[in-house]
Amino acid sequence: MTQFERFIDTFWNTDVLARYAPAILDGVGVTIVLSLLIVVCGIALGAALACVRAYRVRPVSFVIVIFADVLRALPPLVVILLMFFGLPNLGVVLSAFGVLFVVLTLVLAAFAEEIVWAGITATPKGQWEAARSTGLGFTQTLFWVVLPQAVRMVIPPLTNRAIAITKMTALGMVIGVPDILGQATTAQSFSANASPLTLAAIAYVLLFLPLVVFSRWLETRFSGART
Amino acid sequence: MEAILQQFFNLEIMAKSIPLVMQGLGMTLLICAVVIPIGLVGGLLAALGSLSGNRAIRWGSIAFVDLFRALPPLVLLIFIYAGLPFAGLSLSPFTAVVIGFFLNNSAYFAEIFRAGLLSVPKGQAEAARSTGLSGAQTLIWVTLPQATRNVLPDLLSNVVEVVKLTSLASVVSLGEMLHAAGLVRSLTYNASPLVLAAGIYLALLWPLIRLIARFERRIAT
Repeated sequence: MTQFERFIDTFWNTDVLARYAPAILDGVGVTIVLSLLIVVCGIALGAALACVRAYRVRPVSFVIVIFADVLRALPPLVVILLMFFGLPNLGVVLSAFGVLFVVLTLVLAAFAEEIVWAGITATPKGQWEAARSTGLGFTQTLFWVVLPQAVRMVIPPLTNRAIAITKMTALGMVIGVPDILGQATTAQSFSANASPLTLAAIAYVLLFLPLVVFSRWLETRFSGART
Repeated sequence: MEAILQQFFNLEIMAKSIPLVMQGLGMTLLICAVVIPIGLVGGLLAALGSLSGNRAIRWGSIAFVDLFRALPPLVLLIFIYAGLPFAGLSLSPFTAVVIGFFLNNSAYFAEIFRAGLLSVPKGQAEAARSTGLSGAQTLIWVTLPQATRNVLPDLLSNVVEVVKLTSLASVVSLGEMLHAAGLVRSLTYNASPLVLAAGIYLALLWPLIRLIARFERRIAT
């Protein structure tokens, strides 16, 4: 076997690929479902927290800031392992999928809260005053005037962060979630061949490269507040 | 309540795990000390490449940045650590981590430097060149300092991300802090060592996060 043949045999072995492609395709489904759930729930929760913070009730804001700071400072893998191994001893049993979903949703919520809050504080004071002077209440002003402008301003950083956190679904492999990487590492150890990993890498690039390019386009389009 | 204390805040087990976790912390810091500087340099080079006048260099740099921003770092790490040995190239966990993080961090730092370089008005470079500075001098003494200052909060937040990322090295059994804590957890069936590690990450990174928030406020006003 020449060098080149050995290389192909290791990283693009068609027999191995044909055998494990269906499993990895299942993994693609798991990764997509998990990512969508995390993005929707994480951003919704984060935006809701930022809105609550806008009422500036001190103790409540304090709790939100602590939540956001802690989840931004801790490596997600640490939180995942803590929940996965710690909670069952308290009688709370979550599946690996459930743990991954809860942790990454909370992490995205923490970042989204900070980003949306930055947008809310960056909205000019005049907008608040003008809206209030037309007779809108505080809540109405927040939802109809300030939030739409704030969200527009923070779309690029929010997109970047959402992509970075959905990529972390690959961490599920560590606790046995059958996502793309989980399926690929299982296949790799059964087949003693690196081709499933190549396929997984390609799957991730196909999934995320369009999003990365899209976020670059967004950035040039709305060059506004950066966080 | 009792169960929570017993399971997550068991001081006896924490005390026992301290030597191993501290050793892990040393490795975490060592990884950071290697990976952050080379990531910054790689990122700066890729950013300069992505703004280069030469089309091949420009597209090559952009492709590099986008590819490694699209690939999850853990996938990259496992590919390097578990995949390359099949091709006869065995790397130590430390080398695998350094290569993987170099590729990943360079891509992220490149995006930040690129934004910084674009934020410096063109007139700055033109004025510097017209005083007789060479292209390299202009970059080092005029453009780069302003670019770095403009994106300092973003650079620092990425440093925080890199420190958090080092926890992935535990997956390729490099004995950094999370690996050490996980080891004690599996020996004691108790999550307290993980809480200890989490506490140390917080102690390291919380001050940085607060500092970044202050920088951001100062730049915003």
